[in-house]
Amino acid sequence: MSASTNTDGLPRWATLALLPAINLFAALVVSSLVILAIGQDPVSALAFMVKGAVGSGTGLSYTLYYATSLIFTGLAVAIANHAGLFNIGGEGQAYVGGLGTGLVCLALSGWPWYAVLPVAVLAGALFGAVWGLIPGYLQAYRGSHIVITTIMFNFLASALMVYLLGGPLIEHGQMAPESREFAESTFLPAVKEIAAALGYRTPTLPLNLSLLLALLCAAGVWFLIWHTRWGFQMRTVGANEAAARYAGISARTTIVIAMAISGALAGLVGINELQGVQHRITLNFQAGMGFTGIAVALMGRGHPVGIVLSSLLFGALYQGGAELSFEYNEISPRLVVVIQGVVILFSGALEHMFRPALARLLKPKAPATAGQRA
Amino acid sequence: MDDTALWIVSLLASTVRLATPLVLASLAGFYSERAGVVDIGLEGKMLTGAFAAAATAAVTGSPWAGLAAAIAASLVLALVHGFACITHRGDQVVAGVAINTIAAGLTAVLANAWFDLGGRTPSLDSGQRFLGLHFPLAEAVRGVPLLGRFYGEVIGGQNLLVYLAVLAVPATSWVAYRTRFGLRLRAVGENPAAVDTAGISVPWLRYRAVLITGLLCGVAGAYLSIAQGAGFQENMTAGKGYLALAALILGKWRPYPTLAGCLLFAATDALQARLQGVALPVVGAVPVQIIEVLPYILTVLLLAGFVGKSIPPKAAGQAYVKDR
Repeated sequence: MSASTNTDGLPRWATLALLPAINLFAALVVSSLVILAIGQDPVSALAFMVKGAVGSGTGLSYTLYYATSLIFTGLAVAIANHAGLFNIGGEGQAYVGGLGTGLVCLALSGWPWYAVLPVAVLAGALFGAVWGLIPGYLQAYRGSHIVITTIMFNFLASALMVYLLGGPLIEHGQMAPESREFAESTFLPAVKEIAAALGYRTPTLPLNLSLLLALLCAAGVWFLIWHTRWGFQMRTVGANEAAARYAGISARTTIVIAMAISGALAGLVGINELQGVQHRITLNFQAGMGFTGIAVALMGRGHPVGIVLSSLLFGALYQGGAELSFEYNEISPRLVVVIQGVVILFSGALEHMFRPALARLLKPKAPATAGQRA
Repeated sequence: MDDTALWIVSLLASTVRLATPLVLASLAGFYSERAGVVDIGLEGKMLTGAFAAAATAAVTGSPWAGLAAAIAASLVLALVHGFACITHRGDQVVAGVAINTIAAGLTAVLANAWFDLGGRTPSLDSGQRFLGLHFPLAEAVRGVPLLGRFYGEVIGGQNLLVYLAVLAVPATSWVAYRTRFGLRLRAVGENPAAVDTAGISVPWLRYRAVLITGLLCGVAGAYLSIAQGAGFQENMTAGKGYLALAALILGKWRPYPTLAGCLLFAATDALQARLQGVALPVVGAVPVQIIEVLPYILTVLLLAGFVGKSIPPKAAGQAYVKDR
């Protein structure tokens, strides 16, 4: 996965705004074709999606709730990517991180949520970090390919959680593979409680305080990547590992640190999903958020601002897609997965397709022939 | 004693059935990766093949039409992979992830829209599937202890695609090591510049490799939905594409060791289903998950060089830039 290189003279605004817009447009065209293929009207379907996602307070709050998890996983993919690593393991890191968060919430039963939260965040980050750090270590010191190892760790995470939730952690006397419910005092305040404190009444909605934590993480990642020594080392290793080593940077340590931070960020999904919404450890609570983080990071071009924006977009797609499938029986909510795949294809694998054409289009007119051959 | 024999025969038969899609998919990966194109997208191509096969067989009533549709659908995705990675020199892993994601979404959306069964295709009857072939004399030798049943239920009695997979292993080995195409295929995965210097087109060679990958993934998918199974279900590959990739790594990118890897993974899978809740000697009842994760742990250890060392083709993962 190549970080946006700026060798073809494409202006910055085009790289940051125009290319993602073109990618999104291409994704929308492909999804319209899919909707056409199943005999529906794409324009009214897409309009319905937009309305479902942002047309009401309820829709918007669901959009923001989905976006919260996606910010965590998108940042996770991006930070590894800055160090030249493709972390496909966000799914497993989020899953195991959620285990840490869940265990803390189960253990600290009587505590108020604001005392539980820091411990839960630490535990989630720590568990996720371990699940990212091992593949990072194996890549750095043993030369195993990070992609394959993180895929294997996704399967390991899944088996671990099935085992734990089917046996040691299962609620006593229940059949469903989930833990017991956390104590109510540990629940993160959601929209309803916050609105009530301010004197408003809202229905019960999943959006909760962890959105703020996600935004804090985005700011933190921005600072880390562009304003600290670690960030500089990561970007250098990502750009050219040999040059980084020559400059005296330990590429190995940097890779391990990058994967640990990446895993820690993904591990925070559980704060939103478990402490925020489910209030117990459930099977597959992360439900594809780790994979969607790949599309989010690619579309956001690895920058925290871009990631927050593309998280909102994908959050809207999740929510709009869910609403759409209620309205149109023929359209499965999995349509969102298709759109996500097309976005990965266009903004990731095919990024070299649009770039040169765009660079040619936007090139200043003056020396049309000179400097053409670089 | 007879019980043990029966148990072993059924375990072996089940191993063969479970190994078949892995063998087909990992050989598919063999062609692509030996040509220098990393393919994470085996999973997606298989899944698409499985859906196309089941949908077509359900509509036309012919398993052959289903097989053809599976291959065609998988080839389309293989071309997308080639277009992104060979023509546009895109990141191969990202392209594979894109293909898996698109396949996971598209098959679910189309199955839901066309058949209205919540993401499944209709159950296929025996005429719409590839069924087990009856071998001559299977009934006659059934009485022979162990071997009789082994002949009837492990060697014989499998469906056509199983035998196709069995043949694909020596065929792949022959193509890769005994033909000019195979030599060039392996060369382009190690040192594409040398192949280019010899006047052979690197992209065309890689495209052919990727298309063979598509073909085999299509067969693997068809096997899942219209031979082993009787219809398509959402995400029915359930990681088999990744497991096939792991088998390829375990086999160090060579056909016969890869076959051994597939058989090992299939045997753990077959064993896992049979050991559910069974108390073993010495260790007692083991959680099935521990057996289930053995293939993944083995792959991790192997890649890390703790159990032997598996080194990928040298140029795998890198796009070839001609003028440099």
